Amino acid sequence: MENDLLLNIRDLRVNFDVFGGTLKVLDGVDFAVGSGEKVGLVGETGCGKTTTMKAVLRVLPMPPARVMGGEILFKGRDILQMTSRELGQVRGEGMAMIFQDPTAALNPVFTIGQQLDAAVKYSAAGDKRLSGKEIRQRAVEALKEVALPDPERLLKNYPFQLSGGMRQRVCIAMAVAGDRELIIADEPGTSLDVSIQDQILRLLRGLTDKLNTSIVLITHTLGVVRELADRVYVMYAGNMVEVAPTKELFSRPLHPYTVGLMAAVPKLTGGGIADGIPGRIPDYLNPPVGCRFHPRCERAMEQCRAEKPQFIEVSEEHQVACFLYSQEEEEIQRA
Amino acid sequence: MSSDLLTVTDLKKHFIVGHRGIVAREPITVKAVDGISFEVREGETFGLVGESGSGKSTVAYTVVGMYQPTAGDIAFRGESMYGRGRKRRSDLRKEIQIVFQDPGSSLNPRRTIKDIVGFPLRLYGSNVDLQTRILDLLQMVELPAEYMHKYPQMLGGGEKQMVAIARALATSPSFVILDEPTSALDVSIQAKIINLLLRLQREFRLSYLFITHDLSLMRNVASRVAIMYLGRICEVAEAAEFFRNPYHPYTQMLLSSIPVVSDEEEELKPKKITSRGEIPSPVNIPNGCSFHPRCSQCGDTCSGDDPVMVEVEPGHLVRCHMFS
Repeated sequence: MENDLLLNIRDLRVNFDVFGGTLKVLDGVDFAVGSGEKVGLVGETGCGKTTTMKAVLRVLPMPPARVMGGEILFKGRDILQMTSRELGQVRGEGMAMIFQDPTAALNPVFTIGQQLDAAVKYSAAGDKRLSGKEIRQRAVEALKEVALPDPERLLKNYPFQLSGGMRQRVCIAMAVAGDRELIIADEPGTSLDVSIQDQILRLLRGLTDKLNTSIVLITHTLGVVRELADRVYVMYAGNMVEVAPTKELFSRPLHPYTVGLMAAVPKLTGGGIADGIPGRIPDYLNPPVGCRFHPRCERAMEQCRAEKPQFIEVSEEHQVACFLYSQEEEEIQRA
Repeated sequence: MSSDLLTVTDLKKHFIVGHRGIVAREPITVKAVDGISFEVREGETFGLVGESGSGKSTVAYTVVGMYQPTAGDIAFRGESMYGRGRKRRSDLRKEIQIVFQDPGSSLNPRRTIKDIVGFPLRLYGSNVDLQTRILDLLQMVELPAEYMHKYPQMLGGGEKQMVAIARALATSPSFVILDEPTSALDVSIQAKIINLLLRLQREFRLSYLFITHDLSLMRNVASRVAIMYLGRICEVAEAAEFFRNPYHPYTQMLLSSIPVVSDEEEELKPKKITSRGEIPSPVNIPNGCSFHPRCSQCGDTCSGDDPVMVEVEPGHLVRCHMFS
């Protein structure tokens, strides 16, 4: 199992130095993606989802960010220890990121063709040198792959000439063009309408199935994860609080945070909305001691204020970081 | 049956965005709202859904009085809001208030919460003690009194939206327009705001025009729902009926696109329809039924004739050739 992992993050800690102190943002994150696996990462705004994935690509601005510990293994090699040359290779051939806002992700002064060519060129830089013609051909194929009409004309267009949905498709084309092994999609449909988001998700699912690419889908919408992911991580304030196969997580959420999130989602079946989770994400300057969720948790105990809970395996592949379940486990063991 | 508070009849709002030709100077118009009619009953939440660019915010701004309608009429409590010379009656400003989508930009960053919430009170010269009334309003939206002296940037997104709600309620309106009040917020905060809005509605017998693109949210707040596409209404029905029996292909397409969290919800989604295409630019609205290029059940008549609204079932109106 360990060797099959494409991406394995262990105990990652990242701080940000800001005026007035140090923000302790990532507090020991564990995260793994298998080969060909679709993994979801959910949590509220500001809980560290994007920071984690930016650390993987090493695009976090340093300073202010500082990696305090842990390792990020990509195919067994630690990204944090790589030289810039090795890193360039990993970024080009190994993984790609699709950002939330396609308008900001594309450069407004270059044509789609120029940007797509660059994405293809650097993805293939390691093993073979492609001619300009071959590059262009692969760019056209990539645009066809994402179901964009009239690719030849599109390559001459600038980003502002396309609609939001088309821009996001171009970003996806850039990510899939180079046969990369891992695609990190950061809220790929959030800035788009539901009908377009649905199209984008179907497209991502189709392409990753076909190419057997692994994907990490970052989102704050639980429904989106349910549509696409095989396994889901739930993140809160720089900690992973729960991980489970998608079906299991939606039928049996365990962590009080996951339960609260699920209840707050408006349902198509109606019947009103639960009151949500009181309070807001903690201040990272002085995060709560112990479990970072305890100030907002209805079921907080003495222990939660003192110790940080670790992942406990409640059933196969379903892990939760909460003392409520460690007690249960102990009781079962005693009995 | 409760009476109608607001009646919108054949409302149109066209914007001139440029000119074509050098001599003739033919104007290029965007038909943001192109002939819509609906009514909001006393004490109900009327939901307006649609994709971005469908014209739902233009409807909100026209109803609240920020835009002068190109044609059509808006009546409040049975009386037209536009008097002689199409000038809008100013006495209704107190009665109709709005909460905007992005609380970050709808609150003045250089004013304290006290100034922001107190401004409508000073404008409309109510004889109440300003201080007490502001405290009351903050209490109403469950914000602590010491927030009076804070500035918007010191607050979280949800708290800012609560300030915006308090400001809207300052003049004791009977009708509040909510223009995507929670789309910029996380679900846990959204839940809190929505429940607050529903409680205030019960307490003060408010009527809401609720605008959102989130159909699942709409299911939980609205009593009646209308769906808009390119400046026209496609379908109107009671909320429960709307989600159980969607008739218009566009409604079905939107419903099938919603990401849901449980199997029971999955059952409600129309299966056969998958979304395709994008909403076209409102400058070039397709001929005939404006939805026909994206419609999975498009027939021969659809590209030629514009369908008219028909009442398929009592209270359930659809604008589609399949039903006329």
